[in-house]
Amino acid sequence: MEPGDPTVFGGRRVRALRLTVTHWRVSAMNELQYRVNFFVQIVHSALALVTGFVAIWLVFRHADDLAGWGQAELLVVMGIHVGIGGVIRTFIEPNMRRLMTDVEEGTYDYVIVKPVDSQILTSIREVKVWNVVDVVLGAAVTVYGVGRLTATTSAVDALAFGVVLIAGIVMIYCVWIMITSSSFRVVRSEEILNLFEGFYQTGRWPVSVYPLWLRGTLTFLVPLAFAITVPAEALSDRLTGGTVAIALGFSVILLFITRAVWMINLRHYSGASA
Amino acid sequence: MYWAEMRLSFQRTLQYRVATAFSLLGFIIEPIVYLVVWKTIAEAQGGSIAGYSADDFVAYYIAWTLVRAMNIALTPYVWDGRIQRGRMNDHLTKPFHLFHRDLASFAAWKPFWIMWWIPLAVVLVAVFQPTVRPSVIQFLAFFIAVWTGFILRFVILYLLGLIAFWTTRASALFEIVVTAELLLSGRLVPLDLMPGWVQTLAAWLPFQWTFQGPIEIVIGRTDLTGTLAVFGWQVVWTAGLGALLAFVWSRAIRRYSAVGA
Repeated sequence: MEPGDPTVFGGRRVRALRLTVTHWRVSAMNELQYRVNFFVQIVHSALALVTGFVAIWLVFRHADDLAGWGQAELLVVMGIHVGIGGVIRTFIEPNMRRLMTDVEEGTYDYVIVKPVDSQILTSIREVKVWNVVDVVLGAAVTVYGVGRLTATTSAVDALAFGVVLIAGIVMIYCVWIMITSSSFRVVRSEEILNLFEGFYQTGRWPVSVYPLWLRGTLTFLVPLAFAITVPAEALSDRLTGGTVAIALGFSVILLFITRAVWMINLRHYSGASA
Repeated sequence: MYWAEMRLSFQRTLQYRVATAFSLLGFIIEPIVYLVVWKTIAEAQGGSIAGYSADDFVAYYIAWTLVRAMNIALTPYVWDGRIQRGRMNDHLTKPFHLFHRDLASFAAWKPFWIMWWIPLAVVLVAVFQPTVRPSVIQFLAFFIAVWTGFILRFVILYLLGLIAFWTTRASALFEIVVTAELLLSGRLVPLDLMPGWVQTLAAWLPFQWTFQGPIEIVIGRTDLTGTLAVFGWQVVWTAGLGALLAFVWSRAIRRYSAVGA
């Protein structure tokens, strides 16, 4: 289907949505057969949470604030970090892993021949449903942190939080799919995923803690600042309208760039297999 | 034997240079996060906390990078696969003990990691500018201590991995031990920042001798007795756990053939 097709906002979007729901349901049902994985996931998430709490507790054993962030605010940051980590591992990472193995093994041809937009199909094929545990835990920690804030969170703040959170997740998705679809020619998939995982750990703390060069990287190269710190700012009543506008604008720009990069890579792929 | 195994492993790593660069980059982020956070706090608290100055933290986490690279050992998770796929038969028929072959193949990576670590350390020193200047003796002692620490950690993880001979659900236990190690070895923060009871707990466990012990030598927080104590504890734990490993290994193998028969 051509991008300029007049039915783009009619038929296609609805179809994509229904397709997404179907794929997720099948994938989730597959995963739900393996109950033991749920237990493993719980242990894993609980231990990660304990480590996170210990780190924050240690900081406040020795200080009253970290670069201007108080304990409750850092709990909010941690909650969002855990939650978005869960979103990534449930929805984004499994698809990227699948994309890379498909390309390596040549089975990606099956995706291309399907009568659906390849980027959409690539992004919705897998759901690792047990990782939702992290989303739930992250939300719980966030709520707990918000409850302990001294600043009150108004309805406007909550709304702004929702907006920047979604913009942040979109940005993370964009960066992931751009990098995975571009870099499989250079490195093995495992290394790329490790690198993402490594970078993601920095999101545990507000980006203002980091030195300038790292802060820049985390804001625009791996947009963790937008995905984690900015939503946390919204909840702790530090967010300005300007930041919301930048977050929104940047996410839209990234979506367009991602689309362009995807198209280029797609052409490369068919070229390579021919 | 060690030499042949090492050469093989070394050639394997040479094939993946870009991959190595990527994993290095991913690997370096963890200590940078710790470093930045604790340096910030120390500076905000008038220069030092729990006897660590902002500068000490910088030095601590730069030394950390070599220790961490050096103490990567055989993960306990491999045993599940080795047992399930029947690979043990192959391993057991070779003329050398599997433990020594595993140890040699990991040891072979180390010179390679050190080669990669040197430019990395130079960059970190340039960026974060630690003022701690270790003497040649301190550096040599550190260099030996990371090797002995590696052997100790290798024994610990090997011992842990053998649990897979008895149960297929050991992964939860592995995770608990790994988390305990993170908190009680000095990897997350120097143990001095922990409350007293945690330090007491850590003193009863081997973890800190694989991590904080070697670091303290090079950043000059130990005197001669302290340095000797690090080596002493490493030897004691390695010998003790090594003996235990030999015992458990013989049991594990007997159990394995029982399953295979």
